Amino acid sequence: MSPDLALLIEVVVGGLLSGVMYALVAIGFVLIYKTSGVLNFAQGAMVLLAALTFVSLTERGLPVPAALAATLAAMVVVGLAVERAVLRPLVNQPPITLFMATLGVAYVIEGAAQLAWGTQVHGLDLGIDDTPIDLGGVLVSRFDLFAAAVAGLMAALLSAFFRYTRTGLAFRAVADDPLAALNTGLRLPRIWSAVWIAAGIVALVAGLLWGARLGVQFSLSLVVLKALPVLVLGGFDSVAGAIVAGLIVGATEKLSEVYLGPVIGGGIEGWIAYVAALGFLLVRPSGLFGLRAVERV
Amino acid sequence: MDALPRAAPRRRPSAGTLGLGALLVLAYGIVPLTGTSYVFEALLTPFLALALAGLGLNLLTGYAGLLSLGSAAFMAVGAYAAFNLSLRLPGLTLPVSLLLAGFVAALAGLVAGLPALRLRGFYLAVSTLALQFFVAWALNRIGWISNDSPSGVVTAPRLVVAGLSFDDPRGRYLVTLTVVTLLTFVAWRLVTSPTGRNLVAIRDNETAARLVGVRVARTKLLAFAASSFVIGIAGALWAFAYLRTVEPAGFNLDRSFQILFIVIIGGLGTLRGAFLGAGFIVVLPLLLSRLGAALLGDGFDSGTLEMVQRVVLGALIVAVLIREPAGLAALLDRAGRRLGRRAA
Amino acid sequence: MPLTTRLRAALLAGTVALAGAAPRAAWADEQYFPLQSYRVGPYAAGGTGFFGGFIDYLNLINVRDGGVNGVKLTWSEGETQYEVERGVEVYERLKSRPGIAAWNPLSVGIAYAMIDRVTADKVPLITINHGRTDSTDGRVFPYVFPLLLNPYSETSGIIQYLGTRAGGLDKLKGKTVAVLYHGSPYGKETIPIYARLAERYGFTVAQIEVPHPGNEQQSQWLTIRRLRPDFVVLRGWGVMNPVALKTAQKTGFPADRIVGNVWSNSEEDVIPAGDAAKGYVAITTQASGTAYPVIQEVVGRVYAAGNGNLADRKRIGSVYHNLGVLNGILNVEALRIAQARFGQRTLSGDEVRWGFEHLRLDEARVAALGAKGLFHSINVTCANHEGEGRVTFQQWDGAKWTVVSDWIAPDWASLRPIIEASATAYAKERGITPRDCAAEEAAAAAR
Repeated sequence: MSPDLALLIEVVVGGLLSGVMYALVAIGFVLIYKTSGVLNFAQGAMVLLAALTFVSLTERGLPVPAALAATLAAMVVVGLAVERAVLRPLVNQPPITLFMATLGVAYVIEGAAQLAWGTQVHGLDLGIDDTPIDLGGVLVSRFDLFAAAVAGLMAALLSAFFRYTRTGLAFRAVADDPLAALNTGLRLPRIWSAVWIAAGIVALVAGLLWGARLGVQFSLSLVVLKALPVLVLGGFDSVAGAIVAGLIVGATEKLSEVYLGPVIGGGIEGWIAYVAALGFLLVRPSGLFGLRAVERV
Repeated sequence: MDALPRAAPRRRPSAGTLGLGALLVLAYGIVPLTGTSYVFEALLTPFLALALAGLGLNLLTGYAGLLSLGSAAFMAVGAYAAFNLSLRLPGLTLPVSLLLAGFVAALAGLVAGLPALRLRGFYLAVSTLALQFFVAWALNRIGWISNDSPSGVVTAPRLVVAGLSFDDPRGRYLVTLTVVTLLTFVAWRLVTSPTGRNLVAIRDNETAARLVGVRVARTKLLAFAASSFVIGIAGALWAFAYLRTVEPAGFNLDRSFQILFIVIIGGLGTLRGAFLGAGFIVVLPLLLSRLGAALLGDGFDSGTLEMVQRVVLGALIVAVLIREPAGLAALLDRAGRRLGRRAA
Repeated sequence: MPLTTRLRAALLAGTVALAGAAPRAAWADEQYFPLQSYRVGPYAAGGTGFFGGFIDYLNLINVRDGGVNGVKLTWSEGETQYEVERGVEVYERLKSRPGIAAWNPLSVGIAYAMIDRVTADKVPLITINHGRTDSTDGRVFPYVFPLLLNPYSETSGIIQYLGTRAGGLDKLKGKTVAVLYHGSPYGKETIPIYARLAERYGFTVAQIEVPHPGNEQQSQWLTIRRLRPDFVVLRGWGVMNPVALKTAQKTGFPADRIVGNVWSNSEEDVIPAGDAAKGYVAITTQASGTAYPVIQEVVGRVYAAGNGNLADRKRIGSVYHNLGVLNGILNVEALRIAQARFGQRTLSGDEVRWGFEHLRLDEARVAALGAKGLFHSINVTCANHEGEGRVTFQQWDGAKWTVVSDWIAPDWASLRPIIEASATAYAKERGITPRDCAAEEAAAAAR
């Protein structure tokens, strides 16, 4: 294989694998948006909280399964608390008010997480050897493959859940038409609680994988910025859309940084994904998964 | 959820005008005589600059219903434009370069507003993030914007108007106050004009607005331009009158969120809201931290204090939103009405 | 504003109450250090270490020596979260306190915003290891001190070190160096210097930007892989550093050929990267570890009495903690030198500036201070506010840093003209007349 071709493949593969990581964060947003129309900006803080809690517990000598269980419990409690204390009183408020409220929640979670566990930087080792695999001159990261598998598994589980379980069907009914869902006797608050718990679990998975990549520290909450273009492209309300858009965003980002960067100046990764997502939307306002009439025009 | 003051009864303007007059007398007459340098430099000047930015965003988000997360980028454009204008055209006086900087920001706003013709809601909000990150990148990448300063941080020129130096704490405050007062007046004229009513019409029901003959695309772009104009000047004030240096990091996403907070906490679609919100966001954390320090003593771990403060601030924001989703302005209105009823 | 006054009084009372067991009257004079610290936010780890070390040393001087010649050292903190406007607020809040010795923000952005202010208020601004490069020229920036190492000297020091790795500076010819820098004004500052040194020594330099915050670097490291450089210089910041090391491992670049700059040289930068950081080398102006007498005294006198500032005692002797202690040494010695001239009392900011401008600590004096091996020496003058700080290089073995080089002197002579040109341009822009250092010294001697 020529080195140029090998590089191209490496860039694309690396981009796709990174994209899965973005999608992982985006799914947390999608779950909540789908059922309650809230763009939950506290998702990043929840990712930080999950990773920080897990690391701090293991560092204090708790065995991994126990720490995992405790963190999971903490995330469930936080998810429930946010839903109960913040979003339920704000039901029927305009989306922007809800969005701001989640920003307030993000402050509270970030502050409380660091108050409880300190501002120290931690390493997180999931026990996955991250030496690259050499596939005919193309290096592929073992860790990224593992992370992609986990994310894929989670997306598959969520899809199956939505498709085949009663609660999942209820989710979809609420997402499609909350009023009609209410009429059929679905208990909305219960579904909201469930969805916040689910978002907490997604935050835990994302927190562990991203924490292992970046180290566990304050900057972990910034991963949401990577998820936003994915959401725009894939739609705020589609799990499958988040995965596909994640792949596209990841690959676009890396390709443009490597091949476009030298032309117009490096460091364009920060905004190119947004511009690409925006450009796509302008051409095709119904987004990638334009099944429903999405209110974008 | 129309929080416009026009819902208020007709006799109120006189009371309002009176209050406004008293406020201006206080701001121009009493504060400059009694304030300390700390009050000017650390409280009032940043408060005024951010209130102005909030006012600008309110034109867009509160009146026209278009959500933007790119306010900090417009502030940056305004600040760097003012810097370059005064650097490269030394003949320009400060008011003129501020005005021109506002127009440059307005131009950026027009470009950023184009997606608004096709998108709305969070899709629009996230698309303004493209601008936010692009501007940060461009400021960093394009050398002449910061006059090829090796570190990219530039020092703001001195504040001189018509030969008079305003380069002391009080002077900087007065310059900021004057600009904010003038622009608030202009914004008030705008929102009470037919154009202002068109903005509200689009916010409330775009299709209906189109039916009654509002030129939606044009009005939306106008909202973006007017809003960015005001925010751009606020950015120039922030840099020139407050920090006195200009660096890209000061105009990051957190700043955009801060301005959005100001608008929403203060009250969407009211001019007062921006000032109330800015007071809440700028002054409250300082009060909290000094209260904490006074209660616990200087030696108390400042990190812990800060974290507690962050939690309290977040909780307060949520509490305000739950208690009064229409913002502090509505809260104030209600309190005023209750007081009025009691008096009657 | 009565409320403000009352609060201020409460604050002051708090300081005094917490400052120590000794009653206030026992101290004739005090010298106050306002601290714009950051213990929260993305850079909290650096802030807690640095300000912790600084406070620990001030504490040591009070406990061991009863202050500097009987002048007690006091301080208080204002949290900035590394944000410029909060740094300014803290400055405005604390600047009217009596007996301010110097400001030490450890933040480039805050330092820039303070240059005008400290110059007007005539108080020194210390930016150890960072800050505005051309403020090295004390003739134009009388109150600003980028002590030990400015960004240009850092660049030169790194290239000198790469020269020793290659077997001599002349062996750099034909080599390739990739500089991975943070996409910010800070990151970009040294671009022209790397380009200039590459031309001078005949190596190829590729400067690659990582967008803030740097949590994704796949594309940059693939570019590096294509370039096959001999060395990678990491000019990183916060989370960018561990991610760089991890991504290097992913793309098969050996860690021992990556050299970090002063903002990429702490435990916090390598610990999150785990095994990927083993072998990584970084520049430093002060060695880490607790083996030095002064650090031992901090442990024995301050921490043993329960007055240590670090919550986690394991961090004693870490890179940022030792930098804080070193910063304490430099501040205290400047006070001592100024006191020798102006008297053993509370000094004005301008008098402390004089002390900094005569801050000469040779190796013997450094050893006497119990800091032999912690840092090399410093020689600040009126014209040179950096003070010819030496650098050394340390390697991470997975648990601690070990020094792997001699003390290296950057090539100051070749950097000075660039610095002076920049300072002169600034002076012109701001209408500043540069000081005549020789005349000032002569006038001072004659008095």
